[in-house]
Amino acid sequence: MIAIVEILSALFLLMGVFLFLVSAFGIIRLPDVYTRNHAVSKSSTLGILFILIGTLLFFFHQHGHFDFRIVLAIIFIFMTSPVAGHLINRSAYHSGVKMWDQSVQDDLKKRR
Amino acid sequence: MKQNDLILQTVTKVAAFVILLFAVAIFLGGHYSPGGGFVGGLMTSAAIVLLLLAFDLKTVTAILPIDYKFMIGAGLLISSLTVAGGLLFGVPLMTHAYRYIDVPLLGHISLHTAVLFDLGVYLVVVGVTMTIIQTIGESE
Repeated sequence: MIAIVEILSALFLLMGVFLFLVSAFGIIRLPDVYTRNHAVSKSSTLGILFILIGTLLFFFHQHGHFDFRIVLAIIFIFMTSPVAGHLINRSAYHSGVKMWDQSVQDDLKKRR
Repeated sequence: MKQNDLILQTVTKVAAFVILLFAVAIFLGGHYSPGGGFVGGLMTSAAIVLLLLAFDLKTVTAILPIDYKFMIGAGLLISSLTVAGGLLFGVPLMTHAYRYIDVPLLGHISLHTAVLFDLGVYLVVVGVTMTIIQTIGESE
């Protein structure tokens, strides 16, 4: 039973670290601000949620300590991180940052 | 072009409550866990700054009609009265007292006068931070 929870929380932590790695490669590899922001705000949000869930499971089972702050942090990060990505992208668009030269659709262009 | 801040404002309405709740939890848990008046005050003023970012200064002043300079004075008054309270009982300055009290819902808890001192610190930190930010934000 103990081994199952340990393996589960280790899997959660490894999954979160893997998603962080994916988002770091996304920053390096993707061509413009919007696609980079897409990589960062989605996969690193999910990565940090996995890491926090793994930590919560580990401390709850190993030490019998249910930390409400981690639950609050999960809710808070899940709620605010995509909004931060949205605001960064929007301010980039309104200050005239060019899209990648191979992108085909710009729905907001009419409203400029 | 007209800007529309609907997403930011809606999330701010929920997130400010979470930040304020966490600030109160940090403030009250300061005796037994990391935290206390300073961090709690900073986090409370962070929640108000988030409101200032999403809405404007006039709206936030309408929501919270507080003069933060009075808040600094009130905090200093509470802290110095707590410090001087030991003189009434013939003990040195900054002597704190505590007592265990049975509260119906919360159970057997200890009430300590150090919390009052921390409340003064909390009020001073919120007041100073908000005074600085509002003064900078108002000047053209």
